[in-house]
Amino acid sequence: MSLFRELLFPLIAVLAAFVVGGILILLVGDNPLHAYALLFGSAFSWPVGVGYTLFYATPLIFTGLAVALAFRCGLLNIGAEGQLYVGSFAAAWVGIEFGGVFIRNGAGEIVNSPIANLPIALLLPLCFIAAISVGAIWGGIPGVLKAKFGSHEVINTIMLNFIAVALCSYFTQYHYKIPGDPIMQTAEIGSNANIMRLGKFIPSMPSFIPLNASFLLALLCCLLVYLFLWRTKWGYELRATGTNPSAAEYGGVSVRKQIIIAMTISGALAGMVGINEVLGYRHRYYDGFSDNYGFTGIAVALLGRNHPVGVILAALLFAVLQRGGIPVDAFTEHVTKDIVQVLQGTIILFVAAEAFFRGPFSRWGLLKRSKV
Amino acid sequence: MIELRNITKRFGAVLANDHINIKVEPGTIHAIVGENGAGKSTAMRIAYGFYKADSGEILVEGKVHEIASPHDAIALGIGMVHQHFMLVDTMTVAENIILGAEPGNAVALDLDQARAEIRRVSEEFKLAVNPNAVIEHLSVGQQQRVELLKALYRHARLLILDEPTAVLTPQEVDEFFAILRRMREQGKTVVIITHKLSEVLAISDDVTVMRDGKVVGRVKTKETNAAELARLMVGREVLLRVEKPEAKVGQPELSVQGLTVKKADGSKRIDNVSFDVRAGEILGIAGVEGNGQTELIEALAGLVASNHISGKILFENRNIAHEGARLRRELGIAHIPEDRHRRGLLLEFDLAENSILGVHYRKPIVNVAGVFLDSDAVRRRANEIIEGFDVRPANPDLPARALSGGNQQKLIIGREVKVNPKLLLVSQPTRGVDIGAIEFIHRKLVNLRDAGCAVLLVSAELEEVTSLADRLLIIHEGRIVGEVDPKIATIEEIGLLMTRGH
Repeated sequence: MSLFRELLFPLIAVLAAFVVGGILILLVGDNPLHAYALLFGSAFSWPVGVGYTLFYATPLIFTGLAVALAFRCGLLNIGAEGQLYVGSFAAAWVGIEFGGVFIRNGAGEIVNSPIANLPIALLLPLCFIAAISVGAIWGGIPGVLKAKFGSHEVINTIMLNFIAVALCSYFTQYHYKIPGDPIMQTAEIGSNANIMRLGKFIPSMPSFIPLNASFLLALLCCLLVYLFLWRTKWGYELRATGTNPSAAEYGGVSVRKQIIIAMTISGALAGMVGINEVLGYRHRYYDGFSDNYGFTGIAVALLGRNHPVGVILAALLFAVLQRGGIPVDAFTEHVTKDIVQVLQGTIILFVAAEAFFRGPFSRWGLLKRSKV
Repeated sequence: MIELRNITKRFGAVLANDHINIKVEPGTIHAIVGENGAGKSTAMRIAYGFYKADSGEILVEGKVHEIASPHDAIALGIGMVHQHFMLVDTMTVAENIILGAEPGNAVALDLDQARAEIRRVSEEFKLAVNPNAVIEHLSVGQQQRVELLKALYRHARLLILDEPTAVLTPQEVDEFFAILRRMREQGKTVVIITHKLSEVLAISDDVTVMRDGKVVGRVKTKETNAAELARLMVGREVLLRVEKPEAKVGQPELSVQGLTVKKADGSKRIDNVSFDVRAGEILGIAGVEGNGQTELIEALAGLVASNHISGKILFENRNIAHEGARLRRELGIAHIPEDRHRRGLLLEFDLAENSILGVHYRKPIVNVAGVFLDSDAVRRRANEIIEGFDVRPANPDLPARALSGGNQQKLIIGREVKVNPKLLLVSQPTRGVDIGAIEFIHRKLVNLRDAGCAVLLVSAELEEVTSLADRLLIIHEGRIVGEVDPKIATIEEIGLLMTRGH
């Protein structure tokens, strides 16, 4: 019963969004059924559509999970975007410096020598640790600031987003770009730091599809987060802090510690986007690569009700929209792929409006809570 | 003035009002009493147009009226003050009062006219409310008078008050009752919903008693007494006084020496307080609310920042004044907090998860690895508490929010007693709790004392604290101003100490 209820509102929101989107498509002069057939047909076609959909879902699972975990502790992590950038850059940095990559200028002179050339068994784990720990630090900073000084995590995570983007751009431009390269990207990481694409294991999946083992890692993280939150004493303390910090304190839980822990784990999860992006996909840090994954993660967490399973489902839905938007753009008369943005926005609107759906007296409930 | 005839209201499977008849005579104060969930608030919300009755009719001044919304009710001269105030904190009194009935034309707001009218009404009933004060700067008692003004400003002749005294201090209750009497003198009619029998007897002219959605009694206040009302409310004989054997007092468990607790702004909430609590006794602390009781208990429980505390808190001869809440719990201190929603419960969590708060990281709740919660152990503990303390409904999967106040309180008490504490800090154990549950809770506290636990009890209910405590300290403005023997001290004696200090 409660599971049904949990699923009901997100489902209604999604369906309502598709109805609204359909009306819009009708208004611009196309057939909504045709457009939706294109959208889903493309996203679920085997193997290319499915491969891309799962690939697009991967960073959204990480960021959705990051936002959801922080939210379970009552914190709003708007900084997944910054955390995933520093995590990605850290992975690329290790991949270059410990992957034996020499960066040369046009004249063939070495402008940056690597620190080491590690074997895969050392380099890959090191890259993982770099992405996770640097993301964790970037998330942990606003956690510490809140715990020690009470400064609001929303402000601090937003600010750290700007710093993260600028910092990564700076290091790319002045230290790790191949001189003369017109694209803002680092040199390629050592091949020992590459993650296998799943095409290698699934015979019918062509190797150009960037879906890689990071997707499986994302699913594993969902399981681990679930176990952590609902099966361990630490998760109990984190969730208790999230629903009622006063009661948690009364029960002997250090609220400050929980805030730091939650933000750190949240940052680590966001930083893992770098594993997919750098180690699995481009094999380099590409400046400004994130298609607002950090912010879409907030929507994913919201739609997924801050539950790991919900996050997977919501991330898949958003990935379907992203993948399916391309043929909708190409094969309809008037509809552009902006319809995806419209659908995403409408879904969020309906999910956020849930309180208003919950019976005529929810209004009074809200009033009460804000008062006493 | 108003009459409900054969009103029936169903919420899903629950019959909240079952063919009830309530008749309120004009110019009287009419009390509607009953336990939580008896249907009194539902009945009055129907009268105010908040809910629509499934069947039955409402007569106002002898004529049948359709009251479909609060708007209709206001037009008929009916006003209601809710238990939780509906005020905008950042706006002034005048702005709040005119909200929804703004004077002036379509564009300009005529606040001056409103202020003058508010002053006039305020003086008529001696409410002493300044129309220019901002709500958030007012005390709870003043805010309540603003709510009254709001109704009076709209020319209400009948005022429905839902549990109006729940948020007031004893002094404020006296002032509030004086206002109600003035309103009655001016010809207004008042309906007061409550479950405090002493207040019913003090203020009302007539009483309607409800139980399980039905009206079970209509009496004149002059012709009844507390015992009769309690019997009607609960449906059986209720023991209003606690029976307890002589205390077998042991060694001091807790020794507070020169304790001072400051607020963030430096003001002293507890000022150089010293006392002992011995094993096997209940030490009561009586005082008007807001005289430092909250801070005292929270300081003893380890919930006040260490730098705000000075002095010694010796527990079994160890100074724990600067230790955290977790260590204090491990040493054997349990705490029943005054505000169960804010402190005592995780309302969104289920009963099972609530039953382990405070012991959630210890064996046997965590398994061998010391990390994972053992769900069997959690459920076992929850079921033991639910059975031992008669928590209803007995379903560990329900969220704590779904329980009535009394059952929430029984869950907390069960959880805290379950750890076999050496010292139990208890604050307002029966606030907002049904009479039947009060009796149960009192018996449990006495049992714990007889088992050798030291109990420190703070309560705003003088009757409760005098009947439970073996020794009674009086607190006033953060200082202990006297100790009395609760068996021989009179209420007047204690009340004098509570209000005037020495």
